[in-house]
Amino acid sequence: MDKENIKSYIVARAAKELKDGDVVNLGIGMPTMIPSFLPENVRVTVQAENGLMGVVPCTEESLEHSLYSVDAGATPVKVAPGGCYFDSTVSFGLIRGGHVDVTVLGALEVDEKGNLSNWIIPGKKLPGMGGAMDLVVGAKKVIVTMEHTQKGEPKILKNCRLPLTALNCVDLIITEMGVIEVTEEGLKLVEINPEYTPEQVQKATEARLIISENLKPMV
Amino acid sequence: MAKFISVEEAVAMIPDGASIMVGGFMGCRNPHKIIDALSKSGKGNFTMICNDGAKPAGPTGEEYYGVAKLIHNHQVKHLVATHVGLNPEVGEQMNDGSMKVDLIPQGSFAEMIRAGGAGLGGVLTPTGVGTIIEDNKEFTHSVQEIDGKKYLLMRPIRADFALISGFKVDRVGNVWYKGATRNFALAMATAADVVIVEADNIVETGEIEPENVMTPGVIVDYVVDGGSI
Repeated sequence: MDKENIKSYIVARAAKELKDGDVVNLGIGMPTMIPSFLPENVRVTVQAENGLMGVVPCTEESLEHSLYSVDAGATPVKVAPGGCYFDSTVSFGLIRGGHVDVTVLGALEVDEKGNLSNWIIPGKKLPGMGGAMDLVVGAKKVIVTMEHTQKGEPKILKNCRLPLTALNCVDLIITEMGVIEVTEEGLKLVEINPEYTPEQVQKATEARLIISENLKPMV
Repeated sequence: MAKFISVEEAVAMIPDGASIMVGGFMGCRNPHKIIDALSKSGKGNFTMICNDGAKPAGPTGEEYYGVAKLIHNHQVKHLVATHVGLNPEVGEQMNDGSMKVDLIPQGSFAEMIRAGGAGLGGVLTPTGVGTIIEDNKEFTHSVQEIDGKKYLLMRPIRADFALISGFKVDRVGNVWYKGATRNFALAMATAADVVIVEADNIVETGEIEPENVMTPGVIVDYVVDGGSI
């Protein structure tokens, strides 16, 4: 698979985790692509942490939207009929208060306890956490979408090495190799891309994987 | 009641070394006219409390968008923000030691400003527990355990000035924000000694219905005409 195929493969699988009626927050990059992969009978309400509910893309070039209605990634967006705008304290009250059903976001590292690192590489990259620390603490379900490795190096580790975003927060990891649940016993491979064997997935993963008895093909 | 002043008068009020809250998100609805004038004022050493460092290149052809102008001119000595990834100059100035950067989780940032303006002694939040946010004693007071659950006790944030942008501002300073531009403005307008609102449109009192006033005019000190867009 090339880069683009890997992305759409991961995004298509992540889309299946969303249920009709869910309130979701989607991180920059792959997660933002999820709505276009949803079947027609699954309608979700997209929340953006800078104060929007019911975010939909702005299909036309619009200075008005650039000036007054951007999402958390600074992309001009609209609010669908029935949606609304609010301020940041309300927005994060919704996030921390458990009113967001699912958040999908990227990761630099995830470990076998469900710890997440995705906001800083000391001395190198300083994006900042933005709303991520609040989202992974407050959302009912936390899904990480990412490529399984970074330049061949595992990103799913025994212990995160980079500064943490939050402790024990990740529920599900979706990569181009498989779908991994974070369980009390450890990381459980529950679905696998048929192009790979469980041994290959384990080799690309530093943490020990429990291979599910019901391992299913990832589609 | 708010006093209507020129952008020059607004900038003249802000001294070197002031702490300044700036509303807006990634440059979107920073109070552009005031920020632009401030960027040409030669003043600096500011502590800026703003969600982000905005970004180079604005939607109407600006080379630097909103607060990115102040950062580019090295007028900010300390930036308190949540996300600075869209403006590479923030990382550069932090690494060369010319600007101090403190990053705070966005929900905590909003609530700490709200606490600063609402007379609260702090904010107890589960966000940041077990992370290096615990070690930033300037903003994090301590780790607390309440009924068996861990929280960070975050300190309130206040500033000398709040600079915010409103779409409609009436003659007494009541503000209505358009679209997604409310973000931090409601909290910031309560948490600064001097609140200056840049109005995209100045309207007659009564045009914003009382139920729709988002920031009450009684807490707005000054209004600058930003000029209709």
